[in-house]
Amino acid sequence: MHLGAADPMRDCEYSQISTRSSTPMESPHKKRSARRKWQAFPGRNKFYCDGRIMMARQTGVFYLTLVLIVVTSGLFFAFDCPFLASSLTPAVPVIGGVLFLFVLGTLLRTSFSDPGVLPRATPDEAADLERQIDMANGSSSGGYRPPPRTKEVIINGQTVKLKYCFTCKIFRPPRASHCSLCDNCVERFDHHCPWVGNCVGRRNYRFFYMFILSLSFLTVFIFAFVITHVILRSHHSGGFLKALKDTAQLRSFTVDTVLEVVVCFFSVWSIVGLSGFHTYLISSNQTTNEDIKGSWSSKRGKDNYNPYSYGNIFTNCCAALCGPLPPSLIDRRGFIQPDTPQAPPPTNGITMYGSTQSQSHMAAATPLLQSEPVVMAADDPPLPARTSLGGPCATLPLGQPTPPPAPPT
Amino acid sequence: MAETHSLQDIRQQAAIAAKVFIQRDYTNGTVCQFQTKFPSELETRIDKQQFEETVRTLNNLYAEAEKLGGQSYLEGCLACLTAYTIFLCMETHYEKVLKKIAKYIQEQNDKIYAPRGLLLTDPIERGLRVVEITIFEDRSTGSGR
Repeated sequence: MHLGAADPMRDCEYSQISTRSSTPMESPHKKRSARRKWQAFPGRNKFYCDGRIMMARQTGVFYLTLVLIVVTSGLFFAFDCPFLASSLTPAVPVIGGVLFLFVLGTLLRTSFSDPGVLPRATPDEAADLERQIDMANGSSSGGYRPPPRTKEVIINGQTVKLKYCFTCKIFRPPRASHCSLCDNCVERFDHHCPWVGNCVGRRNYRFFYMFILSLSFLTVFIFAFVITHVILRSHHSGGFLKALKDTAQLRSFTVDTVLEVVVCFFSVWSIVGLSGFHTYLISSNQTTNEDIKGSWSSKRGKDNYNPYSYGNIFTNCCAALCGPLPPSLIDRRGFIQPDTPQAPPPTNGITMYGSTQSQSHMAAATPLLQSEPVVMAADDPPLPARTSLGGPCATLPLGQPTPPPAPPT
Repeated sequence: MAETHSLQDIRQQAAIAAKVFIQRDYTNGTVCQFQTKFPSELETRIDKQQFEETVRTLNNLYAEAEKLGGQSYLEGCLACLTAYTIFLCMETHYEKVLKKIAKYIQEQNDKIYAPRGLLLTDPIERGLRVVEITIFEDRSTGSGR
């Protein structure tokens, strides 16, 4: 179906039209459907505030994290700070307050931002890639089992395999991985963290690291000063048990102190351990994913090294924490243009989305789009492919679990 | 063969003969670079040198956006100190360079590609995966498909 071939075309009188109207960043000139792109997003994410906030589907644990932090800090400020401010120094609640705000800020920033999701390929791209893969492998050898879809690339002297993602229909860039919980390919995928309710990837790794680092300081701070509070009270009242008896807020003193101490004690070990682990990862420029798989460990081979490391710890840290922040590649708040298809239309059967992505072989995929190039049709509205993707993708084996709070090696 | 076409006419009335996709080049790591290999479909439309010049300039611009240097570190530290609220009023270095890239592509389209019936799509609209070049049917000579 070709566009308007019947219109008589002027031969020579052309007016130079600016190419600015081609970018979808501008407000649409015809709002046939004033839908924003996040409303037709094919991944399993939740959006709030009209696309400004992006989170994973399961957010229960995130609210638990928030409650734990706010309640413990609240108890600290309400019950321990007045005493400590008067008997020690007013700097204690001030520093505590600053730490608390920093922790909350980085947590929200980690949870709400786009981790670096790669948008799925347009139908034309997917068809083009299919063609290239068929040409490279020789279509006759396909037969019963389609050939493995990997590309090898040499990066800084190390051979890296790029895998083809059946869901997103792209060859994943190096260090990218597909999160089965969010059903998205994420750049520089670290892990999916249920505690923050989002994936941790290229765009929010530094916020995640700042969050766990500042949370370590906060928990140690609260733990230390709650203990200090108890000790000081004991001194003032001449004995611990006497202190308990003398304080007017007897019951609340014990209950909230115990609660704070218990929460902080367990948090200190796990959070400090996690911070240490991520400090190690940052200094060697690895992701959790790569560390768990042992991609760059010397156990795999004598010549195996990390091609992304800059060589020294300082540069690695600076690159991870202070490097340029790339913008989001998924234009969440842009309007859907009526003439550009947003996601591959689900006309070729569900099987391609339900295919398992085992690393050993990519057997189950049926041939994707057929070979003829797709011509843009101005009339069809974009098909929101959301619903067709939700069902079969219940459990993909490429799940990326949160790492256990491993002690620093 | 160098008939000038109006972009509006092209987009609305001309049929798309084919699309060529310039893939990413990962030999330097995860930095955004595109392959400079000249696709065979463009042989009849444009000079090899011209094409390579465009892609090379794009690669340089993306390298500039992702460069680790004094300016990016300063921006990162300042952002961290202001709890990233500074980006509410200022745009990041990367975004500034992306705007430069958009302008460059538009300029290339106006001057070089549109007159030859080609259209470059800004890679950011394709998630920085590919440079999409749309080849329009050449009506003047009746060739194309």
